[in-house]
Amino acid sequence: MRLRIEHRTHYEFSQPQRRLVQLLRVTPPSFDGQAVVDWHVEVDCDARLKRSRDGYGNEVTMLYVDGPIDRIALTVGGEVLTDDKAGMVQGAPEPLPVELFLRPTPQTIADAAITEFARDIAESAADPLSRLHGLCGALWRQIRFDAGDGNPHRDAASTFADGHGVCQDHAHVFVAAARVLGHPARYISGHLWRSDGQNVQPAAHAWAEAWVDGYGWIGFDPANGASPTDAYVRVAIGLDYRDAAPIAGARVGGGAETMHVEVAVAEAIQQRQSQSQ
Amino acid sequence: MLSRTAASLYWLGRYVERAEFTARLIEATIRLDLLSARPAGEGAWESALAVVAAEDGFWFTGEPVSPEAVGRYLALSLDNPSSIRSCLDLARNNAKSVRTALTREAWEAINRAWLGVRDVRVSDGTPAALAMIEKLKAEARGFEGALHRMLRNEASFFVRLGAAIERADNTARLIDVKYHLLLPEGEKVGGPIDRDQWTTILHTVSAVTAYRWLYREGLRPGHVVDLLVLRHEMPRSIAASSDEVVQMLNAIGRMLGRQGEADRAARIRQQMLNRSTVNGIIAGGLHEFLRGFIADNARLDFAIGQQFRFQ
Amino acid sequence: MRVPAFDEVWGSAGPDASREGFEALAAWIADTPPHELNRRQQAAEAAFRQLGITFAVYGEDEAAERIIPFDIVPRIFAASEWRNLKAGLEQRVEAINAFLADVYGPRRILRDGVLPAELVLANPQFRPQVAGSRPPHDVYAHICGIDMVRTGPNDFFVLEDNARTPSGVSYMLENREAMIRLCPELFEMFPVEPVDDYTDLLLSTLRSVAPHGRGSEPVCVLLTPGHFNSAFYEHSFLADAMGIELVESADLEVDDDIVWMRTIDGRVRVDVIYRRLDDDYIDPLVFRPDSMLGVPGLMAAYLGGNVTLANAPGTGIADDKAIYSYMPEIVRYYTGAEAKLPNVETWRCREKQALTYTLENLDKLVVKLVDGSGGYGMLVGPTASKAEIERFREALVAEPHRYIAQPTLALSTVPTLTEKGVAPRHVDFRPFCLSGADGIRIVPGGLTRVALREGSLVVNSSQGGGTKDSLILADRPRRRGKTTVPEVAPLRSGAD
Repeated sequence: MRLRIEHRTHYEFSQPQRRLVQLLRVTPPSFDGQAVVDWHVEVDCDARLKRSRDGYGNEVTMLYVDGPIDRIALTVGGEVLTDDKAGMVQGAPEPLPVELFLRPTPQTIADAAITEFARDIAESAADPLSRLHGLCGALWRQIRFDAGDGNPHRDAASTFADGHGVCQDHAHVFVAAARVLGHPARYISGHLWRSDGQNVQPAAHAWAEAWVDGYGWIGFDPANGASPTDAYVRVAIGLDYRDAAPIAGARVGGGAETMHVEVAVAEAIQQRQSQSQ
Repeated sequence: MLSRTAASLYWLGRYVERAEFTARLIEATIRLDLLSARPAGEGAWESALAVVAAEDGFWFTGEPVSPEAVGRYLALSLDNPSSIRSCLDLARNNAKSVRTALTREAWEAINRAWLGVRDVRVSDGTPAALAMIEKLKAEARGFEGALHRMLRNEASFFVRLGAAIERADNTARLIDVKYHLLLPEGEKVGGPIDRDQWTTILHTVSAVTAYRWLYREGLRPGHVVDLLVLRHEMPRSIAASSDEVVQMLNAIGRMLGRQGEADRAARIRQQMLNRSTVNGIIAGGLHEFLRGFIADNARLDFAIGQQFRFQ
Repeated sequence: MRVPAFDEVWGSAGPDASREGFEALAAWIADTPPHELNRRQQAAEAAFRQLGITFAVYGEDEAAERIIPFDIVPRIFAASEWRNLKAGLEQRVEAINAFLADVYGPRRILRDGVLPAELVLANPQFRPQVAGSRPPHDVYAHICGIDMVRTGPNDFFVLEDNARTPSGVSYMLENREAMIRLCPELFEMFPVEPVDDYTDLLLSTLRSVAPHGRGSEPVCVLLTPGHFNSAFYEHSFLADAMGIELVESADLEVDDDIVWMRTIDGRVRVDVIYRRLDDDYIDPLVFRPDSMLGVPGLMAAYLGGNVTLANAPGTGIADDKAIYSYMPEIVRYYTGAEAKLPNVETWRCREKQALTYTLENLDKLVVKLVDGSGGYGMLVGPTASKAEIERFREALVAEPHRYIAQPTLALSTVPTLTEKGVAPRHVDFRPFCLSGADGIRIVPGGLTRVALREGSLVVNSSQGGGTKDSLILADRPRRRGKTTVPEVAPLRSGAD
């Protein structure tokens, strides 16, 4: 597919801020099955942008803004060509060894309930791949999607106990369960084109990847119960949300902030279907 | 010098000054209360609350206005951010975070004052309160002395700058409240209660003797205003405090080799005071003058914070 | 229970037969009346209290400010003892830095299977955020405190490596200051190596690792969590002695990947940050987002090569107690030689056999939490109650990977002033090693911690430990001069 993405984040502050510093992980990499045609990061005020790569290989943009400032809008987006690789991820930057992704983090600790749930699924599956697919499907059935749960600091155990969450909560539970079964697993942030016509969404998407010997990294989207297809654009990876979140920010100036996110993912309109004869 | 260090020193100066002023206010109010017949005594404690803008805070405690309750609230209450104890807590915290910028002598004066207040019990009564106030005043004098013995460097300038800004504010509030203080029904202006109230103000700023030296004609409100607003030789007057602000800003500016908005604002204020006369002030409305000054002082405080990047 | 131990002055034979070379100190101890020692000790402690050399004790209701007890009887190392220690320390610190450069770089040691990859990679102290980047001049652990214990004349062991933000060096310096004033005769009797140039060496170490191209006078600062921190005195002491700014997070700001410090005269660019803040708290954008401490963007400046952090983020992986047990292999791997300083034998309870052994011998072993410090979460089997042992047994069975076990060592003792006169007390030793772009520097000295309770092996200040001065003797002959015991030895103002 040729996907056009427009990811807008708009902040308003109750009082003028003296400075803003933000760390953005918003630029997708190119690899087998995902080619970034063009991409831009824009801010609607004077700002200094610095690009670099983090330890996971994610492209990072640091954003520095001087105040006084009481609102700011960030627009990132561009065009990406995608192929359906049945969730297999190859050719992406992988600076870290697979074993790292066995490490639980505070948000991805498997408690007794998650561990038992994971073991039950593992018993009924013949091989690692079907085990992980089983886990993905079971979590999709088990954890109801609830757009009202927007707490980025929630951990896997509370999501599992509550039985509902948003996509990042599903991803955290999947990662926790996969790791407790001995599969390296990681958190992915990115975008999803929806076939139901819901082209504008109030947040970016999140899913997970697990390592299977013989296959490599494979994507699983437990919020949708399936592996990623060419409708997915993969942006950043990490041990959990904290490492891969699109924006981590700090501001100096007190008061409160309100944030509004809008993500539009659409099929890009081809300028020319074919060369005119 | 780090901006935070400068801010801590400046606020150290303000908090020590505020603690000392509140101590003097309590002392003078006890005196007024003892001298006067009821209900003037009660009025004395209400006006003490008004001077430090603590009426609302005290009202929230739900206690009746009594010498014990108000005295406790002003001196020891941790619910009152401007109580002596709160001020000394804050002063000591500021001092602690900039320990290396202070001399040991200056630090020890603050630490002793803090220890002295920390150990006072609520139930100890008036003699204990007066004893504590005496001790605190002595420590405050010790701190001032230590400051003057410190190197003439930015550190001592910022403490003295904070103290001068605070002092200007306190003196203005003190006079303003007297202006508002209603005499009990049936009392005459110039009568004994009125006189006691003016004397109390002089006591609060240790100006009784100075007043006698400067004005031979007995107690007159106009003279008191003249002394506390315009007399440069009276250390706690608004004019003297404003002079000190200008001097300290000058001294800092010389070290940095630059000046800014705060310097300009402080000089304009000083010139305004130099041009003023007591008759002019009273004719234009003392209350309006003082309110204007207090607002000006707050603006100057803000300009100082901006100029030296306190935040 | 009493552990029969080697005494560093009196040997194993007791006060009447001192070790060879230590006769003079033994005589000084015998000849100085206890009340005189007591008087001097109190004078020293009074001075420490006035200086505010305090620390906060965790777990007490009000973060009480206490001074760490000081013991007036010094500890002495012979020149030859120090030479051996120093060579071992240099080798160890070199290996620590090589290990860090490797695990955050090519990870050869993991590929070569010297230690289990998972032990490093799955360890929370391994920071993926800095993997693949190199600190300026490739130095990671600029300041290391290596905790040593001794069990015999030539038996020194490393108990723990501290490669994050080791503290205690201010005690080394202040204790020496007090000893020179209170016991000047000792410095006439012995040719003592000076320690007072530590802060100069620290400053030149920090300057040597400034980012390239920052000139000959790079701006160094010391970053403290603030005056509520238990080691704040040390932070202000060191900043003051080096003549650099003592900054808190709020004093720094990052702009365009460059660190600036906010001063009354405008922004000043910062090149080197000696940070006394754990990794978790240095940058809320990268590490703990809920941290009120920290400088947003600091990691971007660091990864961009625009500022040096000392120690570098991620050094915690080198002093992790689980990694510790592999240090002999790590030293051999990077230096090509056997470790000059041995480890204490260690059972990794994550390994089944080790766990079984540990559970069977809990009453004889010291059991430690892998991620604990300061003597918290530690079992000393021989002195523990039955209930304590049972509590640890349960904890071990539940989470064996969190524990290691070591034999209860008969730590050496040093004569120490007690209520009943001078008596032997157990000690350890923390020398401080500085690694700069131009090599390793170790000041001849360190912090001796002493367990003041009779028979106790726990030297941590939070658990009733005190400190002593540690005198390293020079190879040169002692200075000529009259030895006098001063009548009164005033220590700064109001000492008595």
